[in-house]
Amino acid sequence: MFTEENLRKVEELKKRYLKPQAALLQVLWIAQEQFGWISEEVMRYVADLLGLPFNQVLGVVTFYTMYNREPVGKYHVQVCANVSCMLLGSDNIVEHLERKLGVKIGETTPDKMFTLSEVECLGSCGTAPMMQVNDDYYENLTSEKIDRLLEEFKKQANQ
Amino acid sequence: MSETTTTTTKLFAQGGETAFPKIVLPEIPNLDKIEVYESRGGYVPLKKALAMPPDAVTEEVKKSNLRGRGGAAFPTGLKWTFMPKSREVPLAGSQTAGQTEKPKYLAVNADESEPGSFKDRQILEYNPHQLIEGILIASYAMGVKTAYIYIRGEYVKWTRLLQKAIDEAYAHGYIGENILGSNFSTNIYVHRGAGAYICGEESALMESIEGKRGYPRVKPPFPAQNGLWGNPTTINNVETITNVPAILSNGGEWFAKIGAPKHPGTLLFGVSGHVNKPGVYELPSGTLLTDIIYNYAGGVPGNKKIKMIIPGGSSMPPLRGDQLDGVRMDAESLKIVGSAIGTGGIIVIDEDTDLIKVLLRITKFYWHESCGQCTPCREGTGWMRKILQRMYEGAGKPEDLDLLVRVANNIEGNTVCALGDAAAWPVKFTIQRFRKELEEEILLQAKNAA
Repeated sequence: MFTEENLRKVEELKKRYLKPQAALLQVLWIAQEQFGWISEEVMRYVADLLGLPFNQVLGVVTFYTMYNREPVGKYHVQVCANVSCMLLGSDNIVEHLERKLGVKIGETTPDKMFTLSEVECLGSCGTAPMMQVNDDYYENLTSEKIDRLLEEFKKQANQ
Repeated sequence: MSETTTTTTKLFAQGGETAFPKIVLPEIPNLDKIEVYESRGGYVPLKKALAMPPDAVTEEVKKSNLRGRGGAAFPTGLKWTFMPKSREVPLAGSQTAGQTEKPKYLAVNADESEPGSFKDRQILEYNPHQLIEGILIASYAMGVKTAYIYIRGEYVKWTRLLQKAIDEAYAHGYIGENILGSNFSTNIYVHRGAGAYICGEESALMESIEGKRGYPRVKPPFPAQNGLWGNPTTINNVETITNVPAILSNGGEWFAKIGAPKHPGTLLFGVSGHVNKPGVYELPSGTLLTDIIYNYAGGVPGNKKIKMIIPGGSSMPPLRGDQLDGVRMDAESLKIVGSAIGTGGIIVIDEDTDLIKVLLRITKFYWHESCGQCTPCREGTGWMRKILQRMYEGAGKPEDLDLLVRVANNIEGNTVCALGDAAAWPVKFTIQRFRKELEEEILLQAKNAA
């Protein structure tokens, strides 16, 4: 299932640890990059690849919140709602996004473009309120800034 | 910062009569590039260390009184001495030839996820080579041949920046086999987490490196005896390790004289919440809290009064805004006023803020992040959350505060790791220090709901 290149990466990663099974978290990252989310089929594949029981892979995937256990939108919008962001109005940010996207926290838009999530502290307290979209941080948010960003994402997606 | 200072500033500057040194975040542009780092004196302390016996390097760190910057403020040099000594390399044909020594590991904690903490990412972004150099010196001192940097999964940008710096350091011969022509060889690998606050706890971090769920281990045995795959391991915070090259450069005694004598050096203070200029400020330990808030972070917007301050990240006991005069930011001074330095993440909360909402938000976090291994923490954090939610919705009673304290007391000290205490303290101490305000809020919420 993995591409040739990803299989090569897995072999490299296994060498970094005393026991090659320790590469599990990193291999799951590769899987998520290739497939977008981690299905049961992918978990079974990764278990075979690393010689691990399926249960250990399932245990790890369900423990760490960043592994998606179902497909997410092209843009995964994750708003920090922890204390420093809350003090500077993350409630309003969430409300604004819910209104603009027409979905509630935990939902994906019907066109599969956006998934909206609320997350714990992202280590960006000095630039609150903030959100992470896919790999990138967007800080010092305002409603206007969010509107601009959403437009940009839509434009990018249509290109 | 003028042009002239930035073009001449050297790393590990000693500071002058009036200026204090910027040890981990020197104001030098493009310091993340290895050529710039080298041109300002970088990787010279590594050369110096490699010419010393490993124990002498540890001795220098001990002399500096450097204490961990990840929360517990444990003496770093002492921690290093817990690692078993390396045997001399056995000569071929000698009795010990062929016997292999247990591998030793260093794990650097870049899992930064304590709410209110955002300091380590500044080092990863602006001064990654000093971190790498610190890892190399620490590895040499302890005989470590494999070091992992455990970075939180969300820090994608900083993982890339760090990996780029590591690749550069490999290319320049600082990492790998026979470093700078010595007998010393080590590798540094980045291990990316995947979203679990608990993995910042050192034993959970090791479980996570081993590819498992991040369940904290029962201690003892401690990591220096029984760490990664049962082998000796030391876990140090990013900021802690980044101090090491400066200590090697200027000597332990130099470092020990900066800031508060019992907790010396500079600290990265991350200031967030209700301040005009939030951000990370590198200042000597023992700086007045009011100085940080009003002079560096620009005071509170609208000149409002401060109701509450959390001085070291969200798990540390909060302080009352009307009792901040004279409070100094170092481990010993904060202990005296009933709090702790933690990660130096200062959260400022103004007079108009609803404390129940703050407490609910903090408690939700620990409930969400509890790994579920210990019953008091798994269940207790959920109960506290429910009681606070009830108060927030106007269905609480002032007596519920006693119930909260009872639950908190039953979590504290009854769990495998410190997450239990971290969840209990904010609740317990906020109630202890803000009882009157909380009772008023409960009654007001109830009235509004009716």
